Amino acid sequence: MSNKKTIATIDGNEAAAYVAYRVNEVCAIYPITPSSTMAELADEWAAKGTKNIWGSVPDIMEMQSEAGAAGTVHGALQTGSLTTTFTASQGLMLMLPNMYKIAGELTATVFHVAARSLAAQGLSIFGDHQDVMAARTTGFAMLSSVSVQEAHDFALIAQAASLRSRIPIIHFFDGFRTSHEVNKLELLSDDQIRSMIPDDLVIAHRNRGLNPESPFIRGTAQNPDIYFQGRETVNTFYNNMPAIVEDVMKDFEKMTGRKYELFQYTGAPDADRMVIIMGSGGETVDETVNALNAAGEKTGVLQVRLYRPFSLEHFIKAIPTSVKSIAILDRTKESGAAGEPMYQDVLASLVDALQQGKIKQLPRLIGGRYGLSSKEFTPAMVKAVFDELKKENPKNGFTIGINDDVTFTSLEYDPAYTLDESEWKQGLFFGLGADGTVGANKNTIKIIGENTDLFAQGYFVYDSKKSGARTVSHLRFGPKPIRAPYLITRADFIACHQFNFIEKVEMLEFAKDGATFLINSPYPKDEVWSKMTGQVQKMIIDKHIKVYVIDATTVARDTGMNGRINTIMQTCYFALSGVLPREDAIKQIKKAIEKTYFKKGQKVIDQNFKAVDGTLANLYEVEYPKTVSAAVHELLIVSKKAPAFVQEVTSVMMAGHGDELPVSKMPIDGTYPSGTTQWEKRNVSDLVPVWEPESCIQCGNCAYVCPHSVIRAKFFHEKFLEKAPEGFASAPINSRGFPETKYSLQVYLEDCTGCNLCVEVCPATSIFDGAKKAINLAEKDPILEQGKKNIEYFENIPWNDRSKIDFSTVHGAQFLEPLFEFSGACAGCGETPYLKLLSQLFGDRLLVANATGCSSIYGGNLPTTPWTVNKEGRGPAWSNSLFEDNAEFGLGMRITADQQLHAAKQYLLGLKDELGENVVTEILDAKQTLESELAVQHLRVQKLKEQLRTMTSSPAQHLLSVADQLVRRSVWLVGGDGWAYDIGYGGLDHALASGRNVNILVLDTEVYSNTGGQSSKSTPTAATAKFAAGGKSGGKKDLAMQAISYGNVYVARVAFGANPQQTLLAMREAEAYDGPSLILAYSHCIAHGYDLKDGLSQQNNAVASGHWPLLRYNPMLRKKNQNPFVLDSPRPTMALRDYAYNELRYKVLTMTNPTVAENLMKHAQDLVNLKWKNYEELATKKASDFVPIA
Amino acid sequence: MNLQTSYMGLNLSSPIVVSACTLSEKTDNILMMEDNGAGAVVLFSLFEEQIKKEEARFIAVQSGTTNTFAEATDYFPGLDDFNVGTEEYLENIRRAKERVNMPIIGSLNGITHEGWIDYSRLMEQAGADAIEVNIFFIPGDVNLSTSHVEHRYLNIIEEIKNNVKIPVAVKLNPYFSAMGNMALRMQNAGANALVLFNRFYQPDFDINELKIKTDLHYSESSEIRLPLLWTALLYGKVNLSLAATTGVQSAIEVIKYILAGSDVVMTASSLYKNGIPYLKTMNKELQDWMYSMGFDDLKAFRGNMSQQNIADPTAYERANYIKILEGVKS
Repeated sequence: MSNKKTIATIDGNEAAAYVAYRVNEVCAIYPITPSSTMAELADEWAAKGTKNIWGSVPDIMEMQSEAGAAGTVHGALQTGSLTTTFTASQGLMLMLPNMYKIAGELTATVFHVAARSLAAQGLSIFGDHQDVMAARTTGFAMLSSVSVQEAHDFALIAQAASLRSRIPIIHFFDGFRTSHEVNKLELLSDDQIRSMIPDDLVIAHRNRGLNPESPFIRGTAQNPDIYFQGRETVNTFYNNMPAIVEDVMKDFEKMTGRKYELFQYTGAPDADRMVIIMGSGGETVDETVNALNAAGEKTGVLQVRLYRPFSLEHFIKAIPTSVKSIAILDRTKESGAAGEPMYQDVLASLVDALQQGKIKQLPRLIGGRYGLSSKEFTPAMVKAVFDELKKENPKNGFTIGINDDVTFTSLEYDPAYTLDESEWKQGLFFGLGADGTVGANKNTIKIIGENTDLFAQGYFVYDSKKSGARTVSHLRFGPKPIRAPYLITRADFIACHQFNFIEKVEMLEFAKDGATFLINSPYPKDEVWSKMTGQVQKMIIDKHIKVYVIDATTVARDTGMNGRINTIMQTCYFALSGVLPREDAIKQIKKAIEKTYFKKGQKVIDQNFKAVDGTLANLYEVEYPKTVSAAVHELLIVSKKAPAFVQEVTSVMMAGHGDELPVSKMPIDGTYPSGTTQWEKRNVSDLVPVWEPESCIQCGNCAYVCPHSVIRAKFFHEKFLEKAPEGFASAPINSRGFPETKYSLQVYLEDCTGCNLCVEVCPATSIFDGAKKAINLAEKDPILEQGKKNIEYFENIPWNDRSKIDFSTVHGAQFLEPLFEFSGACAGCGETPYLKLLSQLFGDRLLVANATGCSSIYGGNLPTTPWTVNKEGRGPAWSNSLFEDNAEFGLGMRITADQQLHAAKQYLLGLKDELGENVVTEILDAKQTLESELAVQHLRVQKLKEQLRTMTSSPAQHLLSVADQLVRRSVWLVGGDGWAYDIGYGGLDHALASGRNVNILVLDTEVYSNTGGQSSKSTPTAATAKFAAGGKSGGKKDLAMQAISYGNVYVARVAFGANPQQTLLAMREAEAYDGPSLILAYSHCIAHGYDLKDGLSQQNNAVASGHWPLLRYNPMLRKKNQNPFVLDSPRPTMALRDYAYNELRYKVLTMTNPTVAENLMKHAQDLVNLKWKNYEELATKKASDFVPIA
Repeated sequence: MNLQTSYMGLNLSSPIVVSACTLSEKTDNILMMEDNGAGAVVLFSLFEEQIKKEEARFIAVQSGTTNTFAEATDYFPGLDDFNVGTEEYLENIRRAKERVNMPIIGSLNGITHEGWIDYSRLMEQAGADAIEVNIFFIPGDVNLSTSHVEHRYLNIIEEIKNNVKIPVAVKLNPYFSAMGNMALRMQNAGANALVLFNRFYQPDFDINELKIKTDLHYSESSEIRLPLLWTALLYGKVNLSLAATTGVQSAIEVIKYILAGSDVVMTASSLYKNGIPYLKTMNKELQDWMYSMGFDDLKAFRGNMSQQNIADPTAYERANYIKILEGVKS
């Protein structure tokens, strides 16, 4: 066995997966943040043929849900395979039923969990222990690792302990904080791993598997006579487990020198105060304890490694007898409990120990909550907890890290308290998601971590938007292992990768005195000072900051880097930070470039070298005066016109100060106001569309395709122009007979993402420049101020009366007010135009049940949300339950609507005498098909409500509470293909089969978009995706045909980029149909791998190639004895490959495996041909060939 | 029957060479070409702008989708092994060189000064036996003078020749005022062969859609006359290898071109129509014809119908034109 240590800088997910992959034969998973990477890596390794320690390639299986993954794991285990899975949060919840079985059957396995919050009042992808704590009753042992190194080590310790004990284990670490932190660690060699997994245990595990050669039955149904006794049989195993884990840890220590204990105490041997904690926060407490003790205090920390089974013996032994008071910190919340879980365990254990005489007196115990949803947990907070323990009556049930001004649980802390950070070089990098800042920083960590003796740590913070998202990279380097799982607040080096952040983002508040500030600036060194705000100048002067400037964008352009600034900014960091001597640093960066790009060819390497050299030649220090020369002005986050909640709460979140909001400012039940994106002027694009009224044919296409509802149209009487600001653009409307009517198209400049779809779709040519359209992108800055005035004026022009617009055409639909606007979706998103259209068509009576995924994130991720209201205050009512249950969730909404409508009708009839027969009859008999009929019904119901408010009887009050249902509700169940084809398919199928009037809109991107491109059952043949890296060989599920088989389901397959009119028609037909409907909506996506400005033409290609045939199946036609199957697209006019190979998801396979690519493409073409043939046959059949409507 | 020929100093077992086309994108096809008697293969063209576009597209996709969002730090598996642009092309050369013995000729369609030089060098490094530079330039700008256009060609040839040691063929168009003189100047600039001719993409209109049609039509045997004319005219007057391309559908066109003076004859459309094994048929028909005519090798009839070798040299010039017109009148 070689003693040579292998050093790596990887994140916690990779660290854990590295071992898990090597000690398992089967892995069944379902992607869920933040654990997805573990499974993706396993899949990638398997695809490359990496072997486990027994020389075989593990079988990695992506399932349709975590419940499915758990079932598969259970089955594989029961037949003797060493099997694992990776999950988090609600995913773990879906595994619970199987986990009881697996534990009850004493089956060795390890589930690796990147612990995450549970969706409660809101979903959170971030880290805490709510998920694993909810699994603590399953019978799984629970082993907690606190760092990247431990995630690696404990993956092995857990596997070995589970095989020895036969008890399954949840090995967990903190989601994001550990799973996504990049740190330097010592890798275990395959020999080391092998030495911990003895063959006899593996063989024993296999031998316990089901085998027809020696059959037995497991999984019986038991009755009251023996179930209880059967449940107690496992006790011995659990009793033995702590000692087994301890032995494994000792063996591990012998092998690696890294010592772990079940309860690991560090601190003063004679500590008077102690904190008990689990997870990454333990590192923070440990480091703080060292500092406090160095300052003369007597403190200690007990880090819990093995939480289940909770070993009283080991626990008591680990606590110094000197301890007088203990704070137990739980990273979870159990509302209504006597205390959080670990607090209760500690309390029960100590009371038990006292009763048994194992301790002489009970220390003072307090429990507290910290760090929910990755809330920062810092040394300052730890100190506050220890300070609390000094008090005579310390607070029990406290919280730390927030301001609870309602029930006053929170402890105060001094944010200025920090540990000695002098050994570290700390860097903060502010960039955009798309500018490569994070990637470059990850690369920097690798360079320094793997090529020098320095230790490195990197953590990356992203904002909640998918377009124009900001990132902050936190990098630390130092001579010793870095145990600081919290963000940097005092940086030696701050880099601003986007110059406009100077005005928008507080950066220098995190700078140490004498820090270095690097700015990517279009302004030269002599000019840049004058371009900074007064606040920034003052901070620079006060903190004696050294300022450097580089025009990275120009250097990138001049050195052929296609505008990519990441290598340039990275080089600046190496040159300025002093982490390594400059010459050495540049040598290392070039070495890294060679390593990264060696497969891409010498040309790419040379180009990067050129960029590095060009950087050094263009990096300048800025000399600045000692006085502030620019004006200091407060940043206006939202308009003063914004409602109070937005002013007081939303704007604070927008400014990045959400951590400072107290509990009292939070809605108590997760209810937030609609329509808040309008207050967040994000200005993410420098280029915006400019309308040429003279050239425009007023077709409405641009407004229709705009993913962010940035382009809006109104027509109005010319009198409105009298007071219009100068430069307000309009044109005579192009309908004949309305000489006094004008048309205006308004672009909401500050909300535009510059995606260019409007320009692409515009069919008109500019009359001024034949190379241009009637709408073209132009620089925003010169037109912004005028544009703001125009928008303000445009908003005061009333929206056109819906009942007078013919919105059966795309041209007409542009005049409908969008009630879905300015979302954080990707620039050029292919999903949001459908949602916007939905909101335009039915928004004022729309209920949306939204499955978790992209649409729930850009639809509901705070601080601001896009679903909004009209001037009457009506608009879409939107909610997200979970991922898997959305169809059922929406069906529930429908049932409520039906039930309450029924009740309302009953009450109406009962109150006929009081309300007047006419009133009642008109409401009950009202037709509600046309927009004008709906408008009248709205008025009737308003009047009714006014009348009811004057009445005091119980029936009147009841009717008042349900009267709104008398206006026809439009219930839409929205989600992606991951939901509809996979995890939510069972529910979706049931909702369709229910016959109820639910409308299902599937935003089909053919891949899991939100979690990073995993394959779904919608992923087409020959495309690659995660878990189909070798190209998907199976066919795409034909959900349309499945739904059609019911006969009474309205089904449409649409693609707004190919046929916007058909999309519009399908949505209206679906809504008008009094039964279930399903619309499959082709949604181009960044996960397809091309510039989304080509999204519309690619949609067109999808249809033209036959990949996405447009169709409608309308049961109402069948009822009229007509063929209900209508094929809306012509025969394919292009080969599938001509569509597919425009996209990286297909193209990549032609490079990595051309033979397979060719075969799969042929197969895919065959499938397209067959599908088309079958559809054509259906389209030409008689009505009687289809399921009759009852 | 000996079909050996020499092209730019490369020894070929047959004068039939596969011209630049997509069939050579697959190494298996190249192997099949050799097995069926191709003398050499000109690989599919490396288009500089296409590569740059691909590279830019790949980079845009990669940077636009990597580390941009907390839940999805990337989207595409296997990108580490994904090569765009030159590497893919060079890898094709390397693979082909490993598997076949016949010469492999890289084909380069550049746009920038740097591109012509860089990509030629890379092709040479990857093992290409020669380079065919495909100068696809339509001087649509009415301000461009004849001499500007000519210099452009000559500069490209000189630059490439200054940077690579392997032979360079120039695939050119026939639209020079003084084609013969231009051939000579190209020779002086360093070209080792001329490929006659480049069929420029010539658009057609769709009168229903009012759009330009972008379909490609294969060359037909009737199109051989222009290259045939110039091969016959240039043979013996320039110290260059001559390759004829366009309209080669069978051994008949091959024979005609060699009679005119071609060292090699290139075809692609016949292989699209009849499959790669059709090379064998063409070779056989060539041999059968040679046998019937009593020619033992190509030398025996190469250039026999060239201007310098026929009894009536004016047949290629104005006098012949008048004769044809007279014939039509009668």
